[in-house]
Amino acid sequence: MFAKRHVISMREFSRDEIDSVLDLAESLEPSARGGRCEALRGKILALLFFEPSTRTRLSFETAMMRLGGKTLNLGPAEGSAMAKGESLADTIRVIGAYADALVIRHPKEGSARLASQFSPVPVLNAGDGAGHHPTQTLLDLYTIRKESSLDDLKIALVGDLKYGRTVHSLAYALALYGAEITLVSPPTLEMPDRIKADLAGNGTIVRETHALDDVLDEVDVLYITRIQKERFPDPYEYQKVARSYRIGTENLEGARDRLIIMHPLPRVDEIKPEVDETRHAVYFRQSFYGVPVRMALLKMLVGDGLE
Amino acid sequence: MGLNDDEMKLRVTPIGNGTVIDHIPAGQALNVLKILGIDRTTEATISVLMNVASRRSGRKDVVKVEDRELKEEEVNKISLIAPGATINIIRDRKVVEKRTVDIPDLIVGVLRCPNPSCISNTSEPIKSHLLVKSKNPVVLRCVYCEQTIVENIADYLI
Repeated sequence: MFAKRHVISMREFSRDEIDSVLDLAESLEPSARGGRCEALRGKILALLFFEPSTRTRLSFETAMMRLGGKTLNLGPAEGSAMAKGESLADTIRVIGAYADALVIRHPKEGSARLASQFSPVPVLNAGDGAGHHPTQTLLDLYTIRKESSLDDLKIALVGDLKYGRTVHSLAYALALYGAEITLVSPPTLEMPDRIKADLAGNGTIVRETHALDDVLDEVDVLYITRIQKERFPDPYEYQKVARSYRIGTENLEGARDRLIIMHPLPRVDEIKPEVDETRHAVYFRQSFYGVPVRMALLKMLVGDGLE
Repeated sequence: MGLNDDEMKLRVTPIGNGTVIDHIPAGQALNVLKILGIDRTTEATISVLMNVASRRSGRKDVVKVEDRELKEEEVNKISLIAPGATINIIRDRKVVEKRTVDIPDLIVGVLRCPNPSCISNTSEPIKSHLLVKSKNPVVLRCVYCEQTIVENIADYLI
């Protein structure tokens, strides 16, 4: 079922493979909460973060430790050999010989694919520039499965759908489950046409609107993303759309009882703190689910797989 | 235009042995040479004809490489910019083989990825790899960053 050596892009996952990751994650959840697990005792995971990250790095570290393994951290890139002009390919070959698997985040798109070509051990992509971030997509799917359902799903993707490529991977993955997707964004941040065409070509129902209130009472999942300031060449353009969508309790009055609100975090002001206390808020649990999902991937790639 | 046979021969001498690449779109001959890796270090005699009258397409370019029979995988790369090109292999002044070009499934080290943030555009020890997603129209996708190329392909020649 899971014959992968590396995890680079969601495009490479079939629905069966995703399901097998999510199933294993479910069975590992008690260990993710602190239960004893020694599946990867004696194994070493190297974390190579050439760009800042807190939750992804700590979540991978936690996942490895919860499995009984240990981690190595490459310090800030400027302190390492890269600053002396060493290629990424050489760095990967060297560190790949120390560890049993590598996690990489790097500003250049395609860097994780390159790493997989030079690494003697499995590579997990933790974000390559504006490229892929497959473990985020997998934990999003896990959250939906746990807190709502992946069957007959109606989901709204809200915010920056143009630059936010993790939303693109999520949309592709949701299409595998036949989800009905509503895209909610300011006119300047709509999902690129080629992706909408891909989704429609797969028979996925895709709707588009600029008004969040249009969809609030119709969906099971509201997936909110931050509008990322750093993606805008022009600060004025950013200011125009920055506060397009703000969810407060007043927006949720007509919402379905079972509506869940997700957010990859960090949030700025897309979701008011008052929402945190409602039954709809799942974003902090979503963040925790990154641990069992990453444990599942590590066990599959480094351990003896599915047993 | 309007050349008689003698005038034509002055310009276009038939070659004895080698390869004639015909029906190159007008203006693309130099790019064809570039793709084939033919430059000033090449010892073979090369004839380049540009903007020749053509019954099929109005104007065309032709490239002749003497004493060298180009291999199929070499000439297939030119299909990116000259999909209608024909390849004639000449031996003793006779065309012994005539074939069209076919776009390969993977293009390695010929075009650079258009994405400036792609790892293949850095000093890493790798060649560019572009997957051919569609042949007509040509759609290429970078193996590294997944950026697609659909037009102005010649602009990305390395």
